[in-house]
Amino acid sequence: MKFFLLATCIAISCSTALANSPTIAFKNCQLIPIDGPVIENGTLIVSGTKIKAIGKNDETPIPDDAKVIDVSGKVIMPGLVCTHSHIGGPAAGDRSGPIQPGVRVLDSLNILDSGFRRALAGGLTTLNIMPGSGHLSSGQTVYVKLRFGDVMPSTIEDILYVNDEGAPLGGLKMANGTNSMRDAPFPGTRGRSAYLVREQYIRAREYHSKIVDAEGDPAKLPPRDLHLETLIEAMQGKRIVHHHTHRHDDIITVLRLSKEFGFRVVLHHVSEGWKVADEIAAANVPCSMIMIDSPGGKLEARYLRFETGKILEEAGVRTAFHTDDPILDSRYFLRSAAIAVRAGMSREAALDGLTLAGAEMLDLQDQIGSLTPGKDADFIVLNGDPLSIYTKIQETWVGGERVFDRSDPDDRRYAVGGYGTGHDQSPYFCCYDQKQQGGSK
Amino acid sequence: MKSHYLLVLSLTLSVAWSANTYAQLAIHGDIIYTSAGESIKDGMLVIRDGKISTIGKASEIRVPDGFRTIKAAVVTPGLIDSHCTVGLSGILNYDHDQDQIERSSPVQPQLRALDAYNSHEELVEWVRSFGITTIHTGHAPGELISGQTLVTKTIGNTVDDNLLCESRALAATLASVALKSGASSPGTRGKMMAMLRAELIKAQEYHSKVQAAEASEEQDPPPRDLRLETLSKVLARELPLMITAHRAQDINNALRLAREFNMEVWLDGGAEAYLLVDEIKQAGVPVIVHPTMIRPNGEYENFSFETAATLAKAGIPIALQAGYEAYVPKTRVVLFEAGMAAANGLSFQQALNAITIDAARLLKIDDRVGSLEVGKDGDVALYDGDPFEYTSHCIGVIINGKVVSEIKR
Repeated sequence: MKFFLLATCIAISCSTALANSPTIAFKNCQLIPIDGPVIENGTLIVSGTKIKAIGKNDETPIPDDAKVIDVSGKVIMPGLVCTHSHIGGPAAGDRSGPIQPGVRVLDSLNILDSGFRRALAGGLTTLNIMPGSGHLSSGQTVYVKLRFGDVMPSTIEDILYVNDEGAPLGGLKMANGTNSMRDAPFPGTRGRSAYLVREQYIRAREYHSKIVDAEGDPAKLPPRDLHLETLIEAMQGKRIVHHHTHRHDDIITVLRLSKEFGFRVVLHHVSEGWKVADEIAAANVPCSMIMIDSPGGKLEARYLRFETGKILEEAGVRTAFHTDDPILDSRYFLRSAAIAVRAGMSREAALDGLTLAGAEMLDLQDQIGSLTPGKDADFIVLNGDPLSIYTKIQETWVGGERVFDRSDPDDRRYAVGGYGTGHDQSPYFCCYDQKQQGGSK
Repeated sequence: MKSHYLLVLSLTLSVAWSANTYAQLAIHGDIIYTSAGESIKDGMLVIRDGKISTIGKASEIRVPDGFRTIKAAVVTPGLIDSHCTVGLSGILNYDHDQDQIERSSPVQPQLRALDAYNSHEELVEWVRSFGITTIHTGHAPGELISGQTLVTKTIGNTVDDNLLCESRALAATLASVALKSGASSPGTRGKMMAMLRAELIKAQEYHSKVQAAEASEEQDPPPRDLRLETLSKVLARELPLMITAHRAQDINNALRLAREFNMEVWLDGGAEAYLLVDEIKQAGVPVIVHPTMIRPNGEYENFSFETAATLAKAGIPIALQAGYEAYVPKTRVVLFEAGMAAANGLSFQQALNAITIDAARLLKIDDRVGSLEVGKDGDVALYDGDPFEYTSHCIGVIINGKVVSEIKR
């Protein structure tokens, strides 16, 4: 497991970390580092793209060349990590078949989608962008860091996390339950859903055996198969399976398949996770939850409860949250954790679930998720308690650059407006910013 | 003779039964938000026989012997959702529990929510557990005219038990969700308006015939027509027309229609209402603002979290709603939507009013509910902190003086 944790790269940020990179000190604020206790009257020092130091004001010397920003009364915490987002128009597998792990969501994303800017207004700095749940496997996910700094990204490549070979990092989307059950060639039942998945993983094992047996001899190597190659990556733990699953029995099916084939898995949504919390804990599998305002809307979510976070936490399960944007707007991500706290989850676990727990579920914990010296300078500045409805995200910083500023009228549109704000493909151009700026109707 | 005797007996029994079911209650709040002027710190509210009998400073009120006293940090009037589809759009989201829209024809004013409301629907209990005691519910946006709405409390074995109004408004839609494809009508915005105008003119003619028949013994009344009867009530300003519209152009169409037929119109949704503040204000039309957390795509794409605040600032009457959801969450919770409006420009009291007294006035039920005043129904919500705050809980709900929920949620 650890070997590719270390491999997760810092490469992208390195390119901008110039020798004379500026040092900025944010002082007199409350710091929520996540990996340690809350620091009152603290100072955060950022150097270039990285966090350089964090501590109490009087214990954290500010370098002479640092630009000092007094953030009295503010709260700083790590940039939020969404383990499950559909921003950017992701569309991987098509309707031709239920299992398409070779298809990459990366190739479908639109960097001009205004959703990225709204996500920044919500304090999100890292996303796992997933294809949909209408397949047993709809394809490969991609991990992105929202580098919307002074130089705006012009292609999707500009926001990817990559390994030291430059290859994009991501997981594998899988699903079970009702979303992926439909007319043939899709499965019509849960039994067939699991069978189809097992068959593909067994084929992947056989394929891998052929590759091993070939011992590098090109004449003996099987023809490349992108689908099976991806499943091998999953079985080798190099690609985490992000598994949509709601009902208690579907959750158990995922654990069974994970055990049989050895893929590392994160359980996503887990509406009925509270029913099988002990089993999930025993399997040592983390969960990423969605907090919906009422149960139902689909049969699988009928028994969804606000208490799932509390129950999983008590069972010892590592839990994170996700927006599933557009199911929940990215701008309410803090709210998800707050609702879990409302239902009894600890404040510490809830804040961890917005940041470091999510980073671990993406194997990015060495790089992001906490205010730790050496990690990327991805953080948010709030004007109050992150779990209060009245608190506003004032600023979002990624890699030491401010990428959202609520006091900037242009950025503010993304904090309060709809999908039409700044959308490159808006079919109906209008209006809010014009009106606010006194423009004509 | 026998039936007469039975009737007397049953009346006697029912009086006895209802008196017994009223718990005699006193509610002691660290703060009571009355929605009727000043809030009361360290307040006491007494409910006798289902109605509020006393309210004031705890130090000045003696709780009668035998009354149960409930304590809470924050006390508010029972909350009112100004527009939802709860009770019609069921939790399962399968065809058989989705009664909020009838697709057989685009104009069906004769449909009544009364005949479709499921008082045992689980989502009624869900919203009630957050303090929502009254809902305005009915057929959803989605057809040009989808049906009549009702107002009920969120408790009752049958729809009749706690009905406040069996026909509160007629729901109409001037939005793309009501547009049809292919050769079906309405296929365009022009056609939507043409069809509405044609129906209303037909109703005018029908009404003229009815009036002529009433005035003359020689003339027979026209055969009863439930569609045109309903529209006649709209034309007589007896039944408001609640028009769902989001785009500025659709809102403007709604205002034009209101002028032409002199109808009482409520705007519902209003994602772009902030563009027509002057026009809406001049028309004297209230706005039941879309849920603050509605997904802002499609016709909501130019929405703002701050629309409720913008309209309220301009003096336009507003109320807030949970609306209709086709997927998850199957219903929103109007308490949460009001909280988000309070975090985006509405004051605490404005946001609370928008789900209490202002909603009651709009729905014309403020003689019964919407504020904590002597003589009004004993509908109360209890919280352990700021009701809008994410981490506060609703800890009790009282309807007609009866504790109907003690779930901490």
